[in-house]
Amino acid sequence: MAPPPIVELRDVSKRFSAGPLVLDRLSFAAQPGEFLSLIGPSGCGKSTLLRLIAGLSPLSGGSLRVAGRTPDDAAADLAFVFQEPTLLPWITAGRNVELALQLRGIPAAERRATRRQVLDLVRLGDRADAYPRQLSGGQKMRVSLARALALIPKILLLDEPFGALDEMTREHLNEELLAIRAQQAWTAFFVTHSVAEAVFLSDRIVVLAPHPGRVHSVVPIDLPQPRTEETRLSRAYHGLVTDVSRLLRSVEHAAA
Amino acid sequence: MPSKPTHFLLPAVTGALFIALWHGLHLWLSEDLRFLLPTPGAVLGALRDNAAPLVRATLNTTEGALLGFGLAIAVSSLLALGLSLSALVRVSLYPYLMVLQMTPVIVVAPILVLWVGPGLKSVAVITFLICFFPLVVNTTQGLISTDRNLVELFAMWRASRLQQLFLLRVPAALPYFFTGLRIAATLAPIGALVGDYTAGSSAGDGGGLGFQTIIYSSQAQYPALFATAAVTCALGFVFVAVVLGLSWLALHRWHDSYERHDT
Ligand SMILES: Nc1ncnc2c1ncn2[C@@H]1O[C@H](COP(=O)(O)OP(=O)(O)OP(=O)(O)O)[C@@H](O)[C@H]1O
Ligand SMILES: [Mg+2]
Repeated sequence: MAPPPIVELRDVSKRFSAGPLVLDRLSFAAQPGEFLSLIGPSGCGKSTLLRLIAGLSPLSGGSLRVAGRTPDDAAADLAFVFQEPTLLPWITAGRNVELALQLRGIPAAERRATRRQVLDLVRLGDRADAYPRQLSGGQKMRVSLARALALIPKILLLDEPFGALDEMTREHLNEELLAIRAQQAWTAFFVTHSVAEAVFLSDRIVVLAPHPGRVHSVVPIDLPQPRTEETRLSRAYHGLVTDVSRLLRSVEHAAA
Repeated sequence: MPSKPTHFLLPAVTGALFIALWHGLHLWLSEDLRFLLPTPGAVLGALRDNAAPLVRATLNTTEGALLGFGLAIAVSSLLALGLSLSALVRVSLYPYLMVLQMTPVIVVAPILVLWVGPGLKSVAVITFLICFFPLVVNTTQGLISTDRNLVELFAMWRASRLQQLFLLRVPAALPYFFTGLRIAATLAPIGALVGDYTAGSSAGDGGGLGFQTIIYSSQAQYPALFATAAVTCALGFVFVAVVLGLSWLALHRWHDSYERHDT
C-alpha cells in the first residue's frame, strides 16, 4: 500500500484580490521522497503554486495539506530556494547558512556542524568565510541551496534555481542536487523552463496549462536511478525530452 | 581607477596651481583694489595672528555642529523606523517634512532665539534642522527597500519582528543611511556657522565661527575673514572624513560601492 502523500492538492484555486483566476482547481499529490518538476508557459502560475505550498500566500479555494498540516503550520518542514541566490550580502556564506538555524534557536556548536556538513555537500567547504560578492553566480546559488538543506526540510521548493546559470554549471548542479538527494530524503517541487533539466531530475513532471493555470498532464519519468552523465546520452532520455517538449509546445499553442 | 601616487599627486598639483593663480590675481589687481583679495601668505599670517580666537571659535562651532548632527541622527533614525512601518504614515507626514526642509533657517533663527535663547542651544537646533531632512529621507528609503524575497524567507523562518528589523532591515538600510550621513556631514559645520551667525552669542565661552565672521567683517579684517572661511572648510573636511571612515568600516567588506578594482 502506498504511504500517504506528503503534499496533497485538492481543487486548489488562486486569484489575487479582484484579478482573474490564476490557478483553477489544481489536484495532484506528491509521495514522500518524490522529485516533481513543474513546467508550463510563462505566467501560468508556477511560482504562485510554490508560494501557496510555502504558505507565503493564501489559497482562494480548495485544500492543500503539507505533511498532514496546513502550509502555514508546516513552515518548519519547508525550505524555499529562489531563482536569485537571495543571500544577505553583509554576512559570510557560512553565516548565511547558519542564519535560519540561529533564528530557530539551535545552539552554536550544532549550527557549526550542520553548516560544515551542508557546505561540504555543495562542495563549498573552503568558502565559508567568503562574502557573497566574492563568489561566482554558481557558487552563490550553491550557498543558497546549502542554506535550504541546513534546515533538513521534508519538502524542498525550488523556483527556477539554476535558471540564470550557464548550461555547464546548471548540469553540474543538477548532478550534485541528485547526489545530495541520495543523502537527504526530501520531496522536491522544482520549477523550471528547461525540459531537459526536468526530465533529468524528476520522477514525474507536472505540465501546467495557462489562463487560468491548471494541470494539463502528469508525465512519469521512468529513467533508471541513479541518474548520471550517462543518462543524458541514453535513447530513453532523448525520447522523453522530445515527448515533453512536444507536449509543452502544444500547451503553448493552445494558449496562443 | 588611477594608481595611488597619482591619486595624491594630481590634487596636490591642482592645489599648487590654484594658489599660484590666486597670488597672480592679487598682483594683477591695481594697488587700491588689492585689499579685496589678500595673498595666500597674508591669509596664513591672519590665521597665525588670530590663532587663539579662531581655535576657540572652531571648538564652539564644532560643539554646536556635533550636538545638532548627533541629535539629527538619533531623531531621524527613530522617525525613519516609524515611517518605514506604513505607507499611510509616510504619505501623511512627508509633506510636512518637506515644509521643514523648505523653511529658510534665517527666518527661523530669531524665533529660535526667543524660544531657547541665543548661543549653543540655538546653534545646535539650527544644525539639527539643516541635517535632519537628508538623513530621514535616505534612512526611510533604505528601511523600505529590503529585498522582498529576503523578507519572505524571514517569514518562513518564523523570525520575530525585532529579528527581522535588526538582522535584515537595518543592515540592508545601512548604505542608504550612510548616503544621508555623508550629505548631512557636509551640512553640519555650515549649519552651525549659519546658526552662530544668526543666533550665536559671545556670552560665556565666546562665540563660534559665525560670530567671528561678524567681528572680522565689521572691522574690515579681510585676511582674517579668508582665514575663517578656510577654517570652516577644514572643519567640513574633518566631518566628511570621519563619516567616510565610518562608512568604510561598516560597508567595505560587503557593499558593491567598495568593490576592489583591478588596475
Ligand atoms: N502578487 C500578485 N498580484 C497579482 N497578480 C499576480 C501576483 N503574483 C503573480 N500574479 C499573476 O499570476 C500569474 C502567474 O504568475 P506566476 O509568477 O506564478 O507565473 P510563472 O508561471 O511563475 O511565470 P514565469 O515562468 O514567468 O516565472 C501572472 O499572470 C501574474 O501576473
Ligand atoms: Mg515564476
